[in-house]
Amino acid sequence: MIAPTPQQPTHDPNQPALAKRRFLSDATEHVRDTAHRDFVRKALGGYYTSRDAQKARYRDWEHARDAASLAKWSAVNHLDELLPQFVAAFEANGGVVHWAANAEEARGIILGLLEEAGARSIIKSKTMTSEEIHLNAALEEAGYGVVESDLGEFIQQLRGEPPYHFVFPCMHVRRDEISRLFEEHLGTAPTESPEELTMIARRHMRRLYVEADVGITGANFLVAETGQISITENEGNARLTAALPRMHIAIAGIEKVVANLDDLSVLLPMLATAGSGQPMTCYNTLYGGPRAAGEADGPESMHLVLLDNHRTALLADPEQRDALQCIRCGACLNVCPIFKNVGGFTYGTTYQGPIGSVITPHLRGLAEWNHLSGASSLCGACTDACPVRIDIHHHLLHNRRNAAKTAPSRLERFGHRVFAAVASRPWLFATAGWLGRRTLPLAKRLRLPLLADWLASRDLPPPPPQSFRAAWRQRK
Amino acid sequence: MTRLAGSPLSRERIMARIREALRQPAPPPHLGDSSVASAAGSADDSMPSLRVLPAEVGRPWLPEGGSTPAERLAVLCDNLEKLRAEVHRCGSLEEAAERIAAISRERGWTRVAWHAGELTSPVAERLPCEGYRVDGEEGCDAAVLETCDAGITGCESLVAQTGSILVDSGSCGGRGLSVLPHVHLVIATLDQITATLGDALEQVRARHAGRLPSMLSFITGPSRTGDIERILVLGAHGPKELHLMLIDPPKKMGTGAIYPQ
Repeated sequence: MIAPTPQQPTHDPNQPALAKRRFLSDATEHVRDTAHRDFVRKALGGYYTSRDAQKARYRDWEHARDAASLAKWSAVNHLDELLPQFVAAFEANGGVVHWAANAEEARGIILGLLEEAGARSIIKSKTMTSEEIHLNAALEEAGYGVVESDLGEFIQQLRGEPPYHFVFPCMHVRRDEISRLFEEHLGTAPTESPEELTMIARRHMRRLYVEADVGITGANFLVAETGQISITENEGNARLTAALPRMHIAIAGIEKVVANLDDLSVLLPMLATAGSGQPMTCYNTLYGGPRAAGEADGPESMHLVLLDNHRTALLADPEQRDALQCIRCGACLNVCPIFKNVGGFTYGTTYQGPIGSVITPHLRGLAEWNHLSGASSLCGACTDACPVRIDIHHHLLHNRRNAAKTAPSRLERFGHRVFAAVASRPWLFATAGWLGRRTLPLAKRLRLPLLADWLASRDLPPPPPQSFRAAWRQRK
Repeated sequence: MTRLAGSPLSRERIMARIREALRQPAPPPHLGDSSVASAAGSADDSMPSLRVLPAEVGRPWLPEGGSTPAERLAVLCDNLEKLRAEVHRCGSLEEAAERIAAISRERGWTRVAWHAGELTSPVAERLPCEGYRVDGEEGCDAAVLETCDAGITGCESLVAQTGSILVDSGSCGGRGLSVLPHVHLVIATLDQITATLGDALEQVRARHAGRLPSMLSFITGPSRTGDIERILVLGAHGPKELHLMLIDPPKKMGTGAIYPQ
């Protein structure tokens, strides 16, 4: 059981929190936007095809999932040994580790490093951890020029929006919108060709890599055995970000540790297949430290910010600890009926979709974020898709249970009590059924205050002519 | 501005929280019906671990890498083709040099970057255009490298299973050479092909025991993105083209006996 995080403002648990009200109104709006839903569905169509083709190349995908699950399970449950082992090895290679208990501390560390380096311009490759700590806003406020180099993140930065999907940041944006965006910000000619749009970003960025003082990246894995960080990407922007600027800062959650290189030989291909339907992501790179003697280039210094930010709260919950196994492939989003209908922004979280609904209550407070666990059909598609076998949809149930315990809704409790009273008295149950069969058709027309909300998007079935018990008696 | 760089206090606090959290054991991992769980049964029952899975098992559930040199070559070429990389089979290093010179003339390249090496130097010497030598001693000027049409590197190994080319910052010309120029040309010999990622990483471990290069990168096809409407575009920020010049192994491997042409 996890107590709500201390930084969260306290509020009346019976009063729907702002996050929940926003979720409900955004969801309602997005669900009605069928053009948007069709667009997202179409964008994911190619993913299903290529993912299935790649999965078929595995001699036994389910077995591989077991191995990946074991590798991460074992790493998370040995974090007390593996994290210090990783840090010692990383520092022995010449890197510097900074521990950040929360987002504020992480931002402070990075701002301090930038000041020390006398940095002016910063190039960033995609890192969700930096989104989690709202790094860009802090950098801009401090007067630094910062450019996102991943194409999707760059588009989102120009749009002034957070990522829509933590792997496919701008999957909701049409090419004509991107063309107009580039026209407006980069002064380029309009084009409908994804290739030409990509080349515009490529040309724009190349000079920035060469000129940037500091490169900021995330990390997908921290290898305890060798003290290397592993970065997975397709575009080559992370490679350039960690090659050309004179300082490299990486940010990673403490749960990214794996024991050794052998584990990577399983996790790297699975991350690619589950995440984007590829055999391997284009660049999987291990960084052990700054430029070494005899090497042609590379940063003079390398820093790693290790972030807790409530991950230890999730670690302290044995029941849901496996959520820390997440390798952020995004497979659970891609198969989720809720994600596909309400869209990425509705969640209002850094990590969207089923895994986001599981972990956000731990990272930001259950009372305010338990509604995410309610936004699930419990179909289990997420759990089936997860390459490291996180029990995602059951954790949504666990969150619901925990929320009912720690922040019960008076109304819900009253409803359950009434139901229990009725259901445990056969004569009352029969009477209520009789009454229900006659009044249900009226319920929608009468706009009963409690039912009206529920009925707004649902139809009631026609009531049966007789009760189940009457039908049963007749059969006999 | 508050400076909190590397606060030892945070380290203590986080480690204490981790130790406290782990005092309560987690339920065993969720596994499917397959047999990894039993294969992984360790002395300590509550802690199954992948690490006890012997490497000899070869992870027979991952994609195939091929069990003979000929199979590995076939799997590698098949994967590279699907990844839209180009494979040029060359009978000798001279042939590779001629091919590259021909590509350079055809495209009208003006400057090509390279690093010194057993395979790369002879090729670079025959370039019909200006060469920019990237050097561990003198370093590499990123502004010049950015203007190069192509980069020539060697590699550590080739991975059949995934079609990956492993480059390192020590012996393959640093970090920028294999990713900043628009075209990446890799020169390798057939005996550099390994079956799986696991094998390639095992080789790295053995070859660099104790002192790893600061960067090791598995390159799997030319740079790509699908960020615009999930439509594949090659050449996002890294090379648009990836050419692998595969040279038949040195004499000790025999000629054509192991690898079909």
